[in-house]
Amino acid sequence: MTETLALTLTKICRSFGPVQVLHDVDITLIPGEVHALIGENGAGKSTTMKIMSGYLSPTEGTVTLNGAPVSFANSQAAEAQGVVLIHQEFNLADQLSVEQNIFLGHEKRRGLFLDKTTMQAETRALLQRLNCQVDPSARVRDIANADKQMVEIAKALSRNAKVLIMDEPTAVLTEREAEVLFEQVERLKAEGVAILFTSHKLDEVKRIADQITILRDGHMVSHGPASNYDEDQMAEAMVGRDVSSLYPVRAGSVGTEAALEVTGLSVPGFAQDVSFTLNKGEILGISGLIGSGRTEMMEGLVGLRSATGKVRINGAPVTIKSPRQAQAAGLCYLTEDRKSRGLLLNKGMRENLTLQCLPDFTNWLVDQKSEEKALTKAIEDFDIRAPTRHVAVGNLSGGNQQKLLIAKVMLADPNIVIIDEPTRGIDIGTKQQIYEFIHALSAQGKSIIVISSEMQEVIGLADRTLVMRTGRIAGEVSGADMTEDKIVRLAMGLDAQKEETV
Amino acid sequence: MATANAKKKSSIFFDLKVMGPILALVVLVIVGAALNGNFLSAGNISNVLSRSAFIGIIAVGMTFVITAGGLDLSVGSMAAFIAGLMILVMNGLLPSMGPGWPLVMVGMLTAIVAGTTAGFINGFLITNMRIEAFIVTLGTMGIYRSLVTWLADGGTLSLDFGMRSVIRPIYFDGILGISWPIIVFAIVAITGELVMRRAAFGRHVAAVGSNDQVARYSSVNVNRVRMMTYVFLGILVGIATIMYVPRLGSASSSTGVLWELEAIAAVIIGGTMLKGGFGRVWGTVIGVLILSLIGNILNLTDGVSPYLNGAVQGVIIILAVILQRDKKAEG
Repeated sequence: MTETLALTLTKICRSFGPVQVLHDVDITLIPGEVHALIGENGAGKSTTMKIMSGYLSPTEGTVTLNGAPVSFANSQAAEAQGVVLIHQEFNLADQLSVEQNIFLGHEKRRGLFLDKTTMQAETRALLQRLNCQVDPSARVRDIANADKQMVEIAKALSRNAKVLIMDEPTAVLTEREAEVLFEQVERLKAEGVAILFTSHKLDEVKRIADQITILRDGHMVSHGPASNYDEDQMAEAMVGRDVSSLYPVRAGSVGTEAALEVTGLSVPGFAQDVSFTLNKGEILGISGLIGSGRTEMMEGLVGLRSATGKVRINGAPVTIKSPRQAQAAGLCYLTEDRKSRGLLLNKGMRENLTLQCLPDFTNWLVDQKSEEKALTKAIEDFDIRAPTRHVAVGNLSGGNQQKLLIAKVMLADPNIVIIDEPTRGIDIGTKQQIYEFIHALSAQGKSIIVISSEMQEVIGLADRTLVMRTGRIAGEVSGADMTEDKIVRLAMGLDAQKEETV
Repeated sequence: MATANAKKKSSIFFDLKVMGPILALVVLVIVGAALNGNFLSAGNISNVLSRSAFIGIIAVGMTFVITAGGLDLSVGSMAAFIAGLMILVMNGLLPSMGPGWPLVMVGMLTAIVAGTTAGFINGFLITNMRIEAFIVTLGTMGIYRSLVTWLADGGTLSLDFGMRSVIRPIYFDGILGISWPIIVFAIVAITGELVMRRAAFGRHVAAVGSNDQVARYSSVNVNRVRMMTYVFLGILVGIATIMYVPRLGSASSSTGVLWELEAIAAVIIGGTMLKGGFGRVWGTVIGVLILSLIGNILNLTDGVSPYLNGAVQGVIIILAVILQRDKKAEG
């Protein structure tokens, strides 16, 4: 048994300029325990984790390791002592192999040259310990997200991590992939590693955490053994109000006229022969595992990928070869990847808001006054909370970025909007708001397609759900039939037909 | 509270990223004036501005290309090739058309068409064929340089002597004592600044350079925007060549050598980001002026050899980038 480490934060405060973001935070990570840190976006989770792992230093308070006060000069110093942070966005070099990534910056040498044999062997041993089947010489860009997560953990273990801090490890994983991760977390726990993780998925927290600390606006509002909380209590503590009714009640009625009819849509390599109809004012859910072609199919539909098939909008056939043509036909796609496909992070809110329909604001020159007006309206309509109007979008919280992205797409006034992962990585309070926006849009008569990996979200929002599996529509569920069990069976290709006929 | 306000104010007024190039230009003018009495004479100023006009006109186009995340190394060779072509066409048509303005017009048209075509070829290879801009323009740079050398058979292409006196006024005359190259440079620069800051095209160029995926997902025709930046640059190279040919009346393999690097340097000194996403045309204009003032001052003073021109320019370019880089992120 290797030595274990307990990491304790005592009365930690942290300010950025005049703004204090953490107030007297006390957390103790005990070897062999999983500690969940939860809270809304901007509650101070990231700052807390960065202080633990040496990326930031506290303004006040002490960090102790096994009772001895420490002050990490930087993240390398923390890693040297066995405290490792795994970032939410993978910190891996895509073009390098798994093995090269694991030993990046700590390469083993024999004389002048790299000791490949030893590194290969150690990589294999580490991955085996994590029960991960990935080939050490595979390039990281070619492996699945779940495997990337495992490589990150293997990398942390190779640095002899005793305290493992994970920032939303399951945000980009499917439920099955997350399952594999949890098994490994259990294993690490048994080895005496102290683990802290954050997640917006409260069912996960309930499942794997031993201890829970809840932050709100930089204050610890609650902490204790996980067994003391149920999901509603966690959510309530995070938000500070009752959120048991996360999904709004359907207000308007669904139209019977078809807004969008898709026949035989194929996107080479991703989707084959997909046909479906979307009615006016309807919210249609699309479910399926990541990699089942959900996103690619929709990207093909709006002209972001080459695709074949027939599309009719309001009964009239349309040809869509580019997003511009889709937009002109009243069809817009809202990407799942707001950071690298949705928003220009180094530009301001105004430039981002109007980018999609700049011609509407242009009469020889761009009319900045009406742009400002549109921004004022968007900030109001979508409750975007920014420190100033001129802030670079990259500095907004994820929730506010998502609201801005929705505002941007809605500025084009589409009749049909496809929203891919509307609430990925977003806190529960903002989620609720976004669900309300979606319902409000449908009440205005707009037709909406919601793609989501969160089954609860699809069930809570949609009137009807299509389940995709390996590029095809595996089935459709609606009404009382829309249950997690049915969707999972369809998504995984289990005997769904039999279920339906019963 | 008062100190916080003062701090904020001073950070706006002394923002080196914005003020740096202007400050450098002011310092250069003061140094120049102190070193030589003739520096601020109308003759010298007009001379400096006319000579900067070629690089300046090209650099305005280069600002758009770089802002969109591209690069064009071929502009110097392109200018030489267009100059050679323009001279050959005018010489060839001289017997049938005779020396006069109609022939000059044909020459100008040749330059514009050649520039547009050359820009289109660069743009096509970069956008439709998806080849790196650096590689494409490195290739076309060699091709145009070699073509002009071949056309001149290793020597110099000279415009017919009679035509030279017809075409001379384009460089040497002007209105109200301001020469044509300066006027054209000013028009190009002002239009460029307006397009960059206020037109949808400028916004699209910055969006494409900032993140072309976001632009694509926002219904922007990324290839078309990229293509247009190269075509505009080609047209501007054509215009610069129209200004240049009357000055010497000849073109050779040494015409326009290193113009591409001077243009790129001017763009960078002016604060446009080399990796794209942000550009400012007024900064480029200041960058061009800084580069040509350095040469002018070294020529006018005895202390430093004019042969060190390149060294001083190099130091300025590196300084400009050091001053403008973003603060390193924490951690």
